[in-house]
Amino acid sequence: MSALSSTTDAGLVARCRVGDDEAWEELVRRFSRYVLAIAQQGFRMSREDAEDVFQDVFARTYERLGDLRSDDALRPWIAQLTRRTCIDRIRSGGRELPDPDVADRERDETLERLDEALSVREALEAMPDACREILDRFFCRDESYAVIGAALSLPAGTIASRISRCLGKLRAQLEGREPPSRPS
Amino acid sequence: MMDEMYDEEHIGELLRVLRPAPEAWIQAAAGLPATRRAIEQIAALAGMDAELRREVLADLEGALQRAGLQPDPTLVAVLRDRL
Repeated sequence: MSALSSTTDAGLVARCRVGDDEAWEELVRRFSRYVLAIAQQGFRMSREDAEDVFQDVFARTYERLGDLRSDDALRPWIAQLTRRTCIDRIRSGGRELPDPDVADRERDETLERLDEALSVREALEAMPDACREILDRFFCRDESYAVIGAALSLPAGTIASRISRCLGKLRAQLEGREPPSRPS
Repeated sequence: MMDEMYDEEHIGELLRVLRPAPEAWIQAAAGLPATRRAIEQIAALAGMDAELRREVLADLEGALQRAGLQPDPTLVAVLRDRL
């Protein structure tokens, strides 16, 4: 977890604007999963196309950060930038977007789900290290109890109960029963 | 904060949705400010010396390599535009 993990999106943008490279790296890390998921899940891109989109999106973000009207609007701005970059990529490859009505509806549903997932991710990032790491390893990296136990020096038999306990804390945080350490 | 109540199974499903991006991709994007500064430096030097500018334009990849940068097509295009 970097020292900037608890910085708000607006705070990161302000620091990036004055040339803070660490803030820029945190911004990239914070939105990396989201950008990748929009490309791969929202637009069903191959890994190669997703990589190009990923690099283009962050290059455009870097170049256009000064155009962002409200520093708090970073997330929807990056989402919109990613959508546009994906569409440009598909069109430049001579491909057509699938049936517009169906595709748009499905894509909107997917992007809504990704937005929800990012809110959960942000809540996860605000959790204490021990919970964040075990939930990330289990749910996001598909690691087995044995692998998690070995990596975190925990008996494999205790992993399930720890995951359950941490999920409960994450749920409480999402429902506002526990204050997040980083405001969104 | 979320508007609706979440059960833990649903939270788990949402956690699974956002997979980590490859670290190399993140490192490449995180290195953008340093990369752009190096390009600005090449452009600034080329702006002061017409002969150097011609040399850089004739071998954009080489100029990027000499600055310690990987001359991928995107960077070559950025440098060309900058010049």
